[in-house]
Amino acid sequence: MKEIKCECGHVNPPGTILCESCGKALTEEAGSAKLHDMRYDGSARRSQTYKKTPVDKIWNFFSSVKTGVWLIVITLIASALGTVLPQTDYIPSNVAPAVYYQDQYGWFGKLWYTLGFDDLYGSWWYMLLIALIGVSLVICSLDRFIPLRRALANQKATRHEGFLKRQRLYRKMDGPIGEETYAQIKRKLEAKRYKVLEEDGNLFAEKNRFSRWGPYVNHIGLIIFLIGCMLRFIPGMYVDELVWVREGEKKVLPGTNEQYVILNKKFTVQLYNKKDNQNFEAALNRIGNVAKDFETDVVLYKQGAKHVLGEEAPLKKVKSYAIRVNKPLKFGGYAVYQMDYKMDEFQSMSFALEKKANKKVYGTFKIDLYHPKSEYDLGQGYKVKLLGYYPSFSGFAKNGEPETDSYIPNNPAFLFSLISPEHPKGEKSFVAIRQTVEPLGKNDYKLAFAGLETRNASALAVRKDETLWVLALGGAIFMIGVVQGAYWNHRRFWLKCEGGPVMLAAHTNKNWYGLKKELEWVLEGSGIPVPVDRQDKKNPGKKDTGRPA
Amino acid sequence: MSLTKKRRLLVRTAILAVLIAAAGYTLYANATKGTRGKLQAGDQAPDFVLKDLNGKTYRLSDYKGRGVFLNFWGTWCDPCKKEMPYMNELYQTYKQKGVEILAVHVKDTRFLVDQFVKQYGLDFPVLIDKNGDVQNAYNIDPLPTTVLIAPDGKVKKIIVGNQNLSKKDIRNMMDMIKP
Repeated sequence: MKEIKCECGHVNPPGTILCESCGKALTEEAGSAKLHDMRYDGSARRSQTYKKTPVDKIWNFFSSVKTGVWLIVITLIASALGTVLPQTDYIPSNVAPAVYYQDQYGWFGKLWYTLGFDDLYGSWWYMLLIALIGVSLVICSLDRFIPLRRALANQKATRHEGFLKRQRLYRKMDGPIGEETYAQIKRKLEAKRYKVLEEDGNLFAEKNRFSRWGPYVNHIGLIIFLIGCMLRFIPGMYVDELVWVREGEKKVLPGTNEQYVILNKKFTVQLYNKKDNQNFEAALNRIGNVAKDFETDVVLYKQGAKHVLGEEAPLKKVKSYAIRVNKPLKFGGYAVYQMDYKMDEFQSMSFALEKKANKKVYGTFKIDLYHPKSEYDLGQGYKVKLLGYYPSFSGFAKNGEPETDSYIPNNPAFLFSLISPEHPKGEKSFVAIRQTVEPLGKNDYKLAFAGLETRNASALAVRKDETLWVLALGGAIFMIGVVQGAYWNHRRFWLKCEGGPVMLAAHTNKNWYGLKKELEWVLEGSGIPVPVDRQDKKNPGKKDTGRPA
Repeated sequence: MSLTKKRRLLVRTAILAVLIAAAGYTLYANATKGTRGKLQAGDQAPDFVLKDLNGKTYRLSDYKGRGVFLNFWGTWCDPCKKEMPYMNELYQTYKQKGVEILAVHVKDTRFLVDQFVKQYGLDFPVLIDKNGDVQNAYNIDPLPTTVLIAPDGKVKKIIVGNQNLSKKDIRNMMDMIKP
């Protein structure tokens, strides 16, 4: 296919419908139309002539608005379907998803899970759809923006008669107009901030061309937004981790490349008190406890580089901080949020060695439930040996051995040997919560429970999102594009005086009413009636010749 | 082909290539996010230094040239209780054949570990991963997990979770990493 040379002398790219310079119809179809399709100014968008290579075929597929709309429709339907049942992130974590969906929602749940809808927004095909929309956006925009910009840049003041005749707002006068009238129209157009071009006595006025770029600016914003979403997959750009830290414990913050360590000094929950405010009383009586504040007092340390794993690295204190809900600890791009808590975990237990006969106490001792000692010496020949420790006692095995199902002291149990001057070899005693077993017959001594110390645990979320500013930038550009395209209209006005009767035509990309009002004002007092709107819905069927009535 | 046609094809190909690359990377990153950064067979086994209950230091790289049967366990884990005696029975034989056993306990609960070691009479080194560095680096989740490290320091195989291993299974695992 060759380039098209118009009679006005302008050379148009192949596939052009209306000459970029004078607007003459270059295809038979356009030449016989009643009104021109002015959406892309008749430019050679999506040169359908290049269909030879696979690259062109792929290009043309994505260049189609139809393709884009279908992709969006499919994505919308899929997104809607994803909300019918909860996503896998929001179901209880202690049940297998396969079981959960079937149990809760029957055959539909099973189908839903089998089809992979439980993790729809992270599924490869959903992401592929989004990616294809991105491709469609880029190619559609390029294929329309470039030719449209070319056509608008190349337009001349002198337009072909056929072009003017096929505009929606058009009027043909019976004769020429006076110089004074021409000058007045020009002055008024300039007063309305039109850019006026003149050539051979023909006038062309245009304003707000930038409004035509609105949709493309909007698309650039969307693409930047998509790039922002993509960046989340690049390591180091996005972190969202959770860590449980008990009071007094130091933990490496996950997601920080082992760089930071946090110490939980204290976790507190504050409740609203009836005494704080009389108005609370009724509500608190009705509801019970209402939390006022959750707070974790922490110390943040920076950990020195380790040469080998397992090595103890020096810790350098960075700062102390009280993390509260929505008041995260911030450092080096990270934010640590208060997320969850667990109150009153067992930490240590105290016992008193007591002689059953006279209830005399021969000493007390405290067992650290995480780091128990194997012997507690009470002096004067009294001693307690720890023979067995079962932090989370779950019952006895077949061979009679006590069992534990965790290292966390949820239900601590102990096997002690109680040594006293009377029993230097010791009396065996198995002690669990609310349970004491003396496996080798009656003992003379027993351990009396003498107290429990607990501590709280706090769950902290480690977050980092380096993609936020990209998303914000994309969103801002998107909005600029919307405003640019929505609040301004690209308006053009042609006045052809050369050769024969005077012709008037006008075009806008939207808000025809506004354009007509503006032209009324421009033409007022010139004796020229406003061009007729030939798509006016008020007078359907009325044949308009474009001549003044 | 004219120059403009050539240029158009080139530009289109370039743009499509960039778009496909971006979409491809995203899909790949999403598909592999579960296994990304996780230790896999064929990777170099990360070196570490850990202490046993008596404070003796063990360093993985000191075992270069020998196979290492690296077992992660916990005193409360039932399948571990079953595997440990088998490992203990095979320890001396395979030590002579050039395969070492290192058992890494994942929590710093010395009393419990000590009790266990004595009860089962374990001969091989039992190390305490005090700050969790090693289990993080090796991505240990279910217990027991055994990492078989070949004499060249590369991971040969990872056996994750309770596999109901028999003594014969463990013998076969050790044979895999004989120098």
